[in-house]
Amino acid sequence: MGLHDPVADWATDWDHTDDTYAADPFPIWDELRDRCPVARTERYGGGWLPTRHEDVSAIAHDTERFTSRSIVMSAFRPPLEFAPAGVAPPISSDPPFHKGARRLLLPAFAPQAIDKLEASTRAYCEELIDDMGDRDVVDAAADYAQHIPVRVIAHMLGFPQEDAELFRTFVNHVIEGVALPFEQRAEGMMTLFSYLEAQVRDHIAYPRDDLTSYLLAADIDGEPVTPEHVGRTIGLLLIAGIDTTWSSIGASIWHLAGNPADRERLVAEPELLPIAMEELLRAYAPVTMARLVREDMDFNGCPMKAEEWVLLPFPAANRDPEAFDRADEVVIDREVNRHAAFGLGIHRCAGSHLARMELRVALEVWLEAFPTFHLADPAAVRWSGGQVRGPRTLPVRIG
Amino acid sequence: MKVQVDMDRCEGHGRCYALAPTVFEPDEIGNAVVLGDGTVSPGDERQAELAAANCPEQAITITARVRS
Repeated sequence: MGLHDPVADWATDWDHTDDTYAADPFPIWDELRDRCPVARTERYGGGWLPTRHEDVSAIAHDTERFTSRSIVMSAFRPPLEFAPAGVAPPISSDPPFHKGARRLLLPAFAPQAIDKLEASTRAYCEELIDDMGDRDVVDAAADYAQHIPVRVIAHMLGFPQEDAELFRTFVNHVIEGVALPFEQRAEGMMTLFSYLEAQVRDHIAYPRDDLTSYLLAADIDGEPVTPEHVGRTIGLLLIAGIDTTWSSIGASIWHLAGNPADRERLVAEPELLPIAMEELLRAYAPVTMARLVREDMDFNGCPMKAEEWVLLPFPAANRDPEAFDRADEVVIDREVNRHAAFGLGIHRCAGSHLARMELRVALEVWLEAFPTFHLADPAAVRWSGGQVRGPRTLPVRIG
Repeated sequence: MKVQVDMDRCEGHGRCYALAPTVFEPDEIGNAVVLGDGTVSPGDERQAELAAANCPEQAITITARVRS
């Protein structure tokens, strides 16, 4: 964060790790959509930033010309030998390998499987609220939102709950550490890989009823899944499952803290939450994904070169007035909402049903416990930057 | 009214079976399938239309409208 030179012109020199972008990216996207809808940067070895829904969607669906070999933009590109699986299958895999690697995961994340996790998720959210006691001011991000997905994914994978703090360190490193010097970044990645390897070894020695053991016993088209593949896939679930959902829960509470009319309406009409939640996902979609250009080509007049980055800011697509009425407003009862918060195309977030359940339950429990709350100190709110955006410090006054 | 899901486009976002659970259901990987032959009973038409309008992949088509 902030390790690079400040950005002077977002159309020709953008940087997604810039503090301005983390704090408030919306005016940047709005301006680019009008002036230069696919922006350029020479940073990180060259990259492009589409901001219109149409372009983001076209690139997300075009797995021929854009590869998912890396989905996190930094100065480092994973070696070509990592294909076809990539560093974290299936998110880092291209067709045809992608299909089997994804098929492996989907039953565990289908709605029928996720329903079974709702009661324990609710109990955990209630426990977090109880732990807050009768404090007047709580940090809704640090004391509440961040703990929920960590607990749920650790439970699914069969990892020790005591390691929760460690998981947050991994996530912080992978997602927010993109501007760190190479050695420092590589060291952090090695710590993560060693942890995953140890978990895989332990699950091979002592199989149990969890997702890690299930993956180790599974096959893709008749071929056993290798322990290396399982290690990388559980790494994906650990990283992708945590700060994304944490961000959504936090951003939703932030919105409701600052918009009393929406908060009061949801308290009065709890049955509106599933619709309202989709609008909060649209307006504050946390996740931006990256692609690499496969070969030199022209995209809508942009001369894209092989191995250049393309960022896919789904939150920018969700704010495109060409795709949504009143795109820049939160319309809490918006009925038609074809948002792209969970991505588009074959890489649609495999955990979207889990994320939606966690977000809904987290907000239900929060609103039941705290029907009235406000931002305690709007200036103290801090948003994470890079490719996952959400509040990391969120002091809220209860009552 | 009759609905159809284009399985080449469906990516399992699940908006349709959340919004119109009497018209669509998830298969074992979370992709959408129509219940029965896709005929929508008159009381469910509004939900079916909402489901089609909310599909991020635009995979749902309303193939016939029969009004008596």
